[in-house]
Amino acid sequence: MKLTLHIWRQANSTAPGRMVKYEVDDVSEHMSFLEMLDVLNEKLTLKGEDPIAFDSDCREGICGTCGFMVNGVAHGPLPKTTVCQLHMRHFKDGDVLYLEPWRTRAFPVIKDLAVDRSALDRIVAAGGFVSIDTGAAPDANAIPVPKERAEISMDAAACIGCGACAAMCPNGSASLFTGAKITHLGVLPQGQPERNERALRMVAQATEEGLSYCSNHGECEAVCPKGITLEVIARMNRHYIKAEWVDRGQPAE
Amino acid sequence: MSAIAINRTTFFCRTPVAKKVVMAVTGVILFGYLIGHLAGNLLIYSGNPAAINRYAELLHASPPMLWTARIVLLVAVILHIIAAAQLWLLKRRARPVGYCRKEETGSNYASRTMIWSGPIIALFVIFHVLHLTAGKIVPLAMAGHEPDVYHSVIDGFRVPMISAFYILAMVLLCLHLYHGLWSMFQSVGVSHPRYTPLLKRFAATFAFILAIGFISIPVSVMIGIIR
Ligand code: HEM
Ligand code: FES
Repeated sequence: MKLTLHIWRQANSTAPGRMVKYEVDDVSEHMSFLEMLDVLNEKLTLKGEDPIAFDSDCREGICGTCGFMVNGVAHGPLPKTTVCQLHMRHFKDGDVLYLEPWRTRAFPVIKDLAVDRSALDRIVAAGGFVSIDTGAAPDANAIPVPKERAEISMDAAACIGCGACAAMCPNGSASLFTGAKITHLGVLPQGQPERNERALRMVAQATEEGLSYCSNHGECEAVCPKGITLEVIARMNRHYIKAEWVDRGQPAE
Repeated sequence: MSAIAINRTTFFCRTPVAKKVVMAVTGVILFGYLIGHLAGNLLIYSGNPAAINRYAELLHASPPMLWTARIVLLVAVILHIIAAAQLWLLKRRARPVGYCRKEETGSNYASRTMIWSGPIIALFVIFHVLHLTAGKIVPLAMAGHEPDVYHSVIDGFRVPMISAFYILAMVLLCLHLYHGLWSMFQSVGVSHPRYTPLLKRFAATFAFILAIGFISIPVSVMIGIIR
């Protein structure tokens, strides 16, 4: 099939960018979206042009490295699918596609479709951990975890940190991400000692990064490749509010 | 950006999560008021002008109570507006470069227009107080020395432009509450796969009941059911 692509080209984080039109012929329906771009890049390279920069790593939907907007939807039109797992059979001959990078102040464009998502790493560093003793591994079943809790935690832990939630959110909020990380550890017995501080610090760090607030629109949930739901955002709010009430806080540094 | 130090004294008002709690709590106060207000207003259908006038007198019977209620509502409205404005500024800063193409998958018209329905409702509230409390739009009817609420309402709603503005404002209120009455639970941390769909239905139902209830009054006056 033949496609027309309008792709955001930007040489580096400070250069101005613009949409550039490309025609791609002979796209096979068996290709993944990224393979289709690889084919385009081969041609650009042969012509001596700068290939289109985009991030990817595993290409099997589990690492969270890939991601850009396809026709105004994060990761493209297929629900619960990363763009590396999106196949060209979901498009048809003659389609016109607009590819743009995640757009949020917190994710500056590095080049073309690649953005810097280290804001998400800093949110995790602010509180997305549990403290454990080093040394001999603890006995696997020493701490009982109720099944329901484990399920809630595992559902939240499915978050691959791709940033689609912040990219899609009309407000530019990464609450689905932060909520997933707070939920993942906060519902487990192992996560209790840091529970209050985790909620306070991760929410504060997200704010610091310029990620905005949740209006409960639900666009993040609609595009999350891992099917994480708004419930994690309510849980983040719950942990945060409780922490505000019960945590004495620390002396200012 | 480095990891932040948590400063307790200013912390609560600084995070958006806390601001959304302010929005939700003030929203619930205003919602409670709306229910009471509609229930009182529906007395206009009792067929007896004295019924709603007696109700109005009862509300004014104790000035300390009246003013406490007014101040609580005013403070709620002001906090709601301040939080809305702060959040809106935050959101405006969050995406300096917009998309050429952006779909609105997952959100709905009501959720996206909160920032429009809200301020128009605020203007309406000012207009409404000028109209039926202060009598600055249409002179208030009097029954002897007492204000005659029943006939003041009828005099006002006989003016088509006034009725039209009331109806428009109530349609927007319906939209505001369609999203807000569900969203406020989420904001204070209440969500459950089983009950959240029910909460959404509750929000839609109450948004509808309130809007239809309020809108019915100008409509009834205009078509002559209440006269
Ligand atoms: C007075 C003018 C008003 C303005 C400027 C206003 C503005 C807003 C805005 C912008 C939001 C959305 C916040 C967000 O993006 O998450 C909101 C939410 C809400 N509003 Fe209003 N509003 C007004 C009046 C009212 C009234 C009269 C009610 C009465 C019931 C109300 C109830 C709510 C509720 C329940 C929410 C949801 C809060 C949440 O999500 O936690 N608002 N308002
Ligand atoms: S490249 Fe790993 S999720 Fe797409």
